[in-house]
Amino acid sequence: MTGRWRWIPSLAWRESRTARRRLLLYMSSISLGVGALVAIDSIADNVSAAVRLQSRSVMGGDVSFTSDTRYPDSLKAVLDSLARTGPTMATVVTFTSMAYAPRTQITRLAQVRAVGPTYPPYGAVTSEPANLWGELQKRPTALVSPSTLISLDANVGDTLSIGFSQFIIIGTTNSVPGDPGLASAIGPRVFIAEQYVASTQLLGFGSRASFETLVRLPDGVQSPQWVEPIRARFRAANIRVRTVVQQEENMTEAIGRLADFLGIVGMIALLLGGIGVASGVNAFMNRKIDTVAVLRCLGATGSQVLAIYVTQAALMGLAGAAIGAAIGVAIQFALPVALEGTLPLDVTVQIVPKAIGVGLAIGVWVALVFSLRPLLALRRVSPLQALRRDAEALEHQRRRDIPSHLVNIALVASVVVLAISRTDNWRRGILVALGIGVSLLLLWGSAALLSHLARRLVAQRLPYLLRQGVANLYRPANQTRSVILALGFGAFLVSTLYLVQANLLRQFEVSAQAARGNLVFFDVQDDQRVAIDSIVQATGEQAVSATPLVTMKLKSINGQTLDVWGAAHALPRRNWAFNREYRSTYRDTVVVTEQITAGKWFGGSGTDTLSEMSLEQGLATDLAVSLGDTLTWDVQGVPVAARLTSLREVNWGRFEPNFFAVFQSKALSTAPKMFVLVAAISTDTVIARIQRNVVLRFPNASSVDLSLLRATVLEIIGRITLAVRFLALFSLAMAVPVLFSAVAATRRDRLREGVLLKTLGATRAQIGRILLAEYALLGMLGAFTGMLLSFAGAWALVTFVFDGQFAPALLPAFLIAGVMMTLAVAIGMATGREVFRETPMAALRDN
Amino acid sequence: MLVASNLQKEYPSGAGTLAVLKQVSFTIPQGSLVAIVGPSGSGKTTLLGLLAGLDVPSSGTVSLDGVELNRLTEDERARLRGEKVGFIFQTFQLIPTLTALENVQVPLELRGDFGAPERAKMLLEHVGLGDRMDHFPTQLSGGEQQRVAIARAFSNSPKILFADEPTGNLDGVTGAKIVELLESLNKSSGSTVVIVTHDLTLAERAGRIIRLRDGDVVEDRTTSATPPVPASSTAR
Repeated sequence: MTGRWRWIPSLAWRESRTARRRLLLYMSSISLGVGALVAIDSIADNVSAAVRLQSRSVMGGDVSFTSDTRYPDSLKAVLDSLARTGPTMATVVTFTSMAYAPRTQITRLAQVRAVGPTYPPYGAVTSEPANLWGELQKRPTALVSPSTLISLDANVGDTLSIGFSQFIIIGTTNSVPGDPGLASAIGPRVFIAEQYVASTQLLGFGSRASFETLVRLPDGVQSPQWVEPIRARFRAANIRVRTVVQQEENMTEAIGRLADFLGIVGMIALLLGGIGVASGVNAFMNRKIDTVAVLRCLGATGSQVLAIYVTQAALMGLAGAAIGAAIGVAIQFALPVALEGTLPLDVTVQIVPKAIGVGLAIGVWVALVFSLRPLLALRRVSPLQALRRDAEALEHQRRRDIPSHLVNIALVASVVVLAISRTDNWRRGILVALGIGVSLLLLWGSAALLSHLARRLVAQRLPYLLRQGVANLYRPANQTRSVILALGFGAFLVSTLYLVQANLLRQFEVSAQAARGNLVFFDVQDDQRVAIDSIVQATGEQAVSATPLVTMKLKSINGQTLDVWGAAHALPRRNWAFNREYRSTYRDTVVVTEQITAGKWFGGSGTDTLSEMSLEQGLATDLAVSLGDTLTWDVQGVPVAARLTSLREVNWGRFEPNFFAVFQSKALSTAPKMFVLVAAISTDTVIARIQRNVVLRFPNASSVDLSLLRATVLEIIGRITLAVRFLALFSLAMAVPVLFSAVAATRRDRLREGVLLKTLGATRAQIGRILLAEYALLGMLGAFTGMLLSFAGAWALVTFVFDGQFAPALLPAFLIAGVMMTLAVAIGMATGREVFRETPMAALRDN
Repeated sequence: MLVASNLQKEYPSGAGTLAVLKQVSFTIPQGSLVAIVGPSGSGKTTLLGLLAGLDVPSSGTVSLDGVELNRLTEDERARLRGEKVGFIFQTFQLIPTLTALENVQVPLELRGDFGAPERAKMLLEHVGLGDRMDHFPTQLSGGEQQRVAIARAFSNSPKILFADEPTGNLDGVTGAKIVELLESLNKSSGSTVVIVTHDLTLAERAGRIIRLRDGDVVEDRTTSATPPVPASSTAR
């Protein structure tokens, strides 16, 4: 190291002796942000590694063929011949059905998985008692998920009725490849052997089931290459083909998106920490002006002075980032415990050196670049300050101060680069960076406005203590901007999280609570409707509605085949709207979950031979159809044409039956149909009785107690709420050191002013009231500006990212603003406590 | 050694300017012990700042060892100070986070010199603080702090040493000892010493007195004190 720099690191370390704790406190502003990034990146890496290792187990095979109907014989033959060449094939039929426990007389809707003898081709099913999976194939037995036993209040050994068949429950499943634990919380699972499906008599006309074949390929055979020659044939028969490579890509992509989203939160937390660092280092710098002046007298150049204090900032930044990395690793190890059972994978928690390294590097960089702005001013400390206290401490800054401009550019570039790296998309990254920049500018502006208004509006007639507190907002070297920036940004972050959560979950709550009925029967055959209605009425209750369901597929549009129509309108042939099986209904009135957005409801605008129909507006767009077009449907072999006369907006979140296509009654009233019945039942006991009586008489008819479903949905909502609250508390915790740093900047001036006031006769209570006035105003403006910004931020997220309707949740937003304001006052009063301790003599001695 | 030529320093004041120093000129040869005296507001500290290169004059020049200070940048003046100038302040101005030994080392470390700790130890022993090297300024008395400051001022073997009210914060006995120390170092090292003071008794101990009033030199005379010793390098 050349001569003049040889001793700088050692001098920097020695000179920092009494300042290390304080500097570390300022640098701890970035610790939580670094912790968040390290935790997110480490967990994402662990989960991705688990995906790579276990994707076969998650999917259940190398290749999956899935259809809503039984395979055509020709394709079955294809699979059979392929099985003879080496791959292992395993089949599973999945359908929903009422599961009834005769001993307890409780019935619940369950997902039944009827498995073939070679299922699963990968992984193993663990059960309690152990090794029972093979027993399923030997006799009519069932393994159930633990939640099924609980919901039926049944025991191992009890009989379970599925349709017209009975099974003995021989145990519970602990883990099943391809079946995440969380899913069984939503829909209880029952596993039986595929050979006994026919005996249940449930897979008849109109019933919905999924027929899946899983393939395990021999070692060395790659799934994309194996499936390619046959993919087109299966797709043509509407059989979905998936490979494990696609599965892995989808899961990794999903994990990546979640990590990106959380990474943005972590990045914003880190930037907020950077603001805290800048404020704190500014305070630190003010304390060092005398020392720097002496160093300048003794021969230190501006660069040497800067190097000494940048070295200190870098070391403490490294310490702060290291603390943050440790926090991140702790979260990484704790989170899988909290998420146990919700992930479809066994995640091995391992230290990820790359995530820690990146977190440390980003943390140190942020600490440095935010420290440099205030530290650069040290170059301009005049050596005259050592001689005369009243000399200008800082020499006038030249306009062309290139290092300052470079640091400003580095700051902006850092924010943009960080945003792009966390979003993995340069456009989105720039938008995020712009959003942050605009928020900071608005906060800065509101701080300037407050200073301006405080100066203009403070009037002599105000009590002195209030006037003094207000005057502190605009006096030279005030802390208004830094406190409002720190407080406002913190409030913005916390409030935005809450508002987005509240808006997203509001949709579910409204949907869950708005349903007119609380017991739904579906898969009800035409000839069963009256009888089920009677069962309901026998309990003294009423069925609310009976909605017919007719299954159909789209055949042609305006006389053109779908291929021709699709080509003419540049629609892909694999368009979901062309290929799906629709369950449509017919009626002559609009229902409460719909709104007509174009055209007119059925009212005789059709011709005598052509009926009318209404489409959901999104479907109309996907089909490229407009009012007046004629759509022809294949209703179980019979073509039915209808003219499109209206478009609807449908609230899919409601629990009532909703439909893409609704026909005039005369179009479908004679078509083969099933029914969905909705009843409003007064008590849980009556619901259970009705469900039991229906399943005993009509095992094919399934029913859902909406209150139970609602409870499950609300339980999931509760988990999400908990996660969001954790994030919000995390952000709040981070605001504390940031606020401390912001307030510390004017500590010296505050102390001097306070002891001077005491010398002039002010009591501690009076000084306290001055501090309270100042911090209450700062807290109020910062918190409420942040709150207003959060409305804008949450609106943008809910509208453009989540495609929802934004409604400002005022009470939580005001509560958060109140908490932030209280925090500002508390921290302000805490840092002002020195004023209460110091004697007036301190002020005189100091001067 | 030090030449001030038509030095003028003005500050903006209200609608006009305030001249704190007006056309001050003098020469100080190497090895002198000079006192600059005057009442408060006479411009003593301003003059000291200009002579030491801590500030730039509004007009006029200061030459230190033939180098015109106003032609140098701030960093060049800082380097020059590190090479040739020592400082003693009224308020000692020791760096509070460094020990006595470390404070004395600072000028040498800023120059990148090897052997800084050894030289610092020698200087502290010379000023009688060999047993207080590891003490922090807050653990030293005023007189001890000023002696550390003196050791620091001589650590880079300065050509010229500026002392701003070196006894201003000390009691009479301690102050006298500090002055004796300065005198002995001046004689032994051959460094020029310029003391700014309002203490006339101290001023009379210098070989020359320059008196300021309202920014003008109103008196420039030698005193009856021992004439200054010509430059030598006995205590470097």
